[in-house]
Amino acid sequence: MSPKRRIWLSGSLVALFGVLAAGCGSDYVVFHPAGPVAQSELNLIVLSTIIVGVVIVLIWVLWAYVVWRFRDTPDNKAPYWPNWNHHPLLEVFVFVFAIGALVVVAIPTVHKTYVLDRIPARHPLVIDVTSLDYKWLFQYPKQHIATVNYFYMPTNHPVLFELTARSPLSAFWAPNLGGMEYAMPNRVLPLWLEATRTGVFRGRNANFTGIDFWRMTFMVHAVPNPVFSRWVSHVQAKRHPMTRAAWLRLLRPTVTPPLQYSSYPSWTFPQRPTEFTVKGLQYVPTKKP
Amino acid sequence: MDIKLWTLHLLKVLFPPQVLLPDIVAIDIGLTVATIVIGAYLTKTRKWGWLWHEWLTTVDHKKIGIMYLIAALIMLFRGGVDALMIRSQLIAPNAHFMGAQQYDEVFTTHGTVMIFFMAMPMIFALFNATIPLMIGARDVAFPRLNAISFWLFAFGAILLNISFSIGGSPSAGWMSYPPYSELLYNPGVGENYFLLSLQIAGIGTIATGINFLVTILRMRAPGMSLSKMPIFVWASLITSSLVLFAFPPLTVALGLTMLDRVFGASFFTLGHQGMPMMYVNLFWIFGHPEVYILVMPAFGVFSEVVPTFSRKALFGYEAMVGSLLAISFLSYGTWVHHFFEMGAGPTVNVFFGLSTMLIAIPTGVKMFNWIFTMWGGRIRLTVPMLWQLAFIPTFVVGGATGIMLAAVPGDYQYHNSYFLIAHFHNVILGGTVFGVLSGMYYWWPKMFGWNLNQRQGTWAFALFVGGFWLTFMPQYFLGFEGMTRRMATYPAGLGWTALNVWSTVGAFVMGAGFVVMVYNILWSRMHPDWDTTGDPWDGRTLEWSLPSPAPEYNFARIPVVRSRDEWWSMKQEGRTDEVKTSEATVRPIHMPRNTPMPIMLAAAFFVGAIGLIFGWFWMAILGGVGVVAALAYGSFADYSEIEIDAKKVLKTEAQLGRVES
Repeated sequence: MSPKRRIWLSGSLVALFGVLAAGCGSDYVVFHPAGPVAQSELNLIVLSTIIVGVVIVLIWVLWAYVVWRFRDTPDNKAPYWPNWNHHPLLEVFVFVFAIGALVVVAIPTVHKTYVLDRIPARHPLVIDVTSLDYKWLFQYPKQHIATVNYFYMPTNHPVLFELTARSPLSAFWAPNLGGMEYAMPNRVLPLWLEATRTGVFRGRNANFTGIDFWRMTFMVHAVPNPVFSRWVSHVQAKRHPMTRAAWLRLLRPTVTPPLQYSSYPSWTFPQRPTEFTVKGLQYVPTKKP
Repeated sequence: MDIKLWTLHLLKVLFPPQVLLPDIVAIDIGLTVATIVIGAYLTKTRKWGWLWHEWLTTVDHKKIGIMYLIAALIMLFRGGVDALMIRSQLIAPNAHFMGAQQYDEVFTTHGTVMIFFMAMPMIFALFNATIPLMIGARDVAFPRLNAISFWLFAFGAILLNISFSIGGSPSAGWMSYPPYSELLYNPGVGENYFLLSLQIAGIGTIATGINFLVTILRMRAPGMSLSKMPIFVWASLITSSLVLFAFPPLTVALGLTMLDRVFGASFFTLGHQGMPMMYVNLFWIFGHPEVYILVMPAFGVFSEVVPTFSRKALFGYEAMVGSLLAISFLSYGTWVHHFFEMGAGPTVNVFFGLSTMLIAIPTGVKMFNWIFTMWGGRIRLTVPMLWQLAFIPTFVVGGATGIMLAAVPGDYQYHNSYFLIAHFHNVILGGTVFGVLSGMYYWWPKMFGWNLNQRQGTWAFALFVGGFWLTFMPQYFLGFEGMTRRMATYPAGLGWTALNVWSTVGAFVMGAGFVVMVYNILWSRMHPDWDTTGDPWDGRTLEWSLPSPAPEYNFARIPVVRSRDEWWSMKQEGRTDEVKTSEATVRPIHMPRNTPMPIMLAAAFFVGAIGLIFGWFWMAILGGVGVVAALAYGSFADYSEIEIDAKKVLKTEAQLGRVES
């Protein structure tokens, strides 16, 4: 795609998104991206909606016209061709039409799937996420602090989430920041997200894990970098470390309020993240989707 | 052990607290009373013998089809009530119409019942009722196996349905992902019910697949080459082959989970390096072809209904067959799109995203071909045609959102949200359910000999379709608002309430549509409009050349097929006498004899399953011995046919006015 066309396309997408956003309140979390990942996904959602919308409308119009024109009434003047069952051009056209519509969706799909799998920073903030029954544990291996059911992240800085579970399969989803990834026992999966504006965003477990799964939510606080550093120092200085007893309490199937720990035992998160996808750990500096 | 303690223990196992909720106890009492009343009625009118000889031991495909249909409608009711309970719970934030445990059981049962015990038997009802008639055969290839299939399905369905009153319902969702479905998180017997009932019904389903594969390939009337088969027969053939290859992975997945739960293995457990991911793969290797197993017969129905009610040949027959074949082939290569978020990496995700999009091409071709079939025709707005007309605009939306879901990064935001829920209900209801209901109304006179009232049928249709749109369109938007599936309730203040209210209202409108449909059936039964012609719709294919309902042996004289729409050609060319028989041509007919072996076999499976479910191994072994015994009886003692002699055939045909003078 030429740069000019790309600008034109993204411009019209942004305009359409503006219309959508005006039409829908901020409850439509998917339509209110707070970072490049969610924005990129939203652009694809909008593009694919337009394409399939055109197809839907076309078939609806054709359908309505045919049903009306060829209705079975005595005075219907429309032609009656009981044996018309082939038209090579028409059959080829239908085929080409379907392929054409799909190609328009397929190309950005392929492009974005690859782009979103590369984290655009050499030194992202790493947050280790563990899904527990029925709470989310967030650990900062570098800062060595841990929180439950909420976390802080600095804006304009990609964050690499390493996801695992000591619970049934869960899905980590913060729709304002971007799409989800599963947290699975015996595996560690990567997901990167980034916030480009400050705010408090809601996240939840998107996969059923038991009776209180619907209460398994978390809050994302996207804050400027200095605020983030202050928060980290605060937790390091003012909170208790995670003891073995505290860890065992977390493992119980309960819903808990947000918690903070100034440190945690390193064995609480898998030591060898053997199950990363190959591309999942590729750091590609500066290029953003 | 002390007998009193033992009894107490047994009572506690059979009736844990979750089955002692007041509503469940009320249903239990209602079902018991209904059983007693039906039993008393059968005894009083001395109908037990009739029930046994005419229905329970029958191997006649037409009767098996009717039993499948009745069972499917009952299961539609059950699954529908579950759906209404789900929607009632979700009408308002923080609602406690049900507790979370019961809610989990209800959505699990809703999905399981609707897929395995409503949609599948509904499809098999149509296969059984029509395929032999459409291809000019006297029965299916393996009539007794057909009865075995039905009874395995029936006992599987009974097994799943008794779980809510005895022992506790499964609650891990219809996909039952481990490790949540394992003992660590699901200690009761509920999951065992799920595993065993699907396993038993699954054996029957595979057998049905084999049966119709062989029937269609081997038993067509002379002259009916593959390229002269009606499209519904093609759809059945391809569906059967899909069943044959798709169900074994499910059997494996369920079997291994059962080994985990009942015998302490660790295939998918959290501990001992189990691999839950493997279950997910196996399940969807089955699960994705399964959705095409569900929708292809509906495509077949529409390909019969549209030409009939447009009085016009089907447009692009070869393209229709080709696209069915293409869909069936592609459907095996798309299963990962159910879990793009499980870390397969971009290359795998892209492959499966694109393969999923490819399926839209043959499906789109079919949509256009149905529309072009109507082009230049004369469209009669009968009830089967109305369902078809509603299908096109509805299914287009479902298919289109399927493409949106196949766009991988988009799916990162849709996955497990209500957008997904809306999508698959849109295709399963808009495709499969509209299709089988269209087929039910279309072939009803052929199955029963009387027509369904059109006016009531139109009302049922309007309520159901209107309710459908009202229920599921808001759910797309709920997905964009971040609502995920299977939430037992939700807090206020997220903006979800209004859309949920609309969705619930729509669900009750659909429920009203179902009630009107049942009323339609009962009313039409009590005021029968007999179909004396055998061809009430001015049909095109061979089943309409027979009287309604067809005699036991279907065709006294097997027709010789010369064109695709053979009955239509006969009518056009004045050859309708070809279906009549005469004293000179009539021959005695061999038919399979009724046998109690299928129901005995299924009952033995049932006993064995109960044993495995509750961990009573003596009972499991007893059931296993019963299975072997029933098979042995079937192999050595049960082989026989009956001969309907020529005079009797001639007499029957004469009564039907089908003897040439």
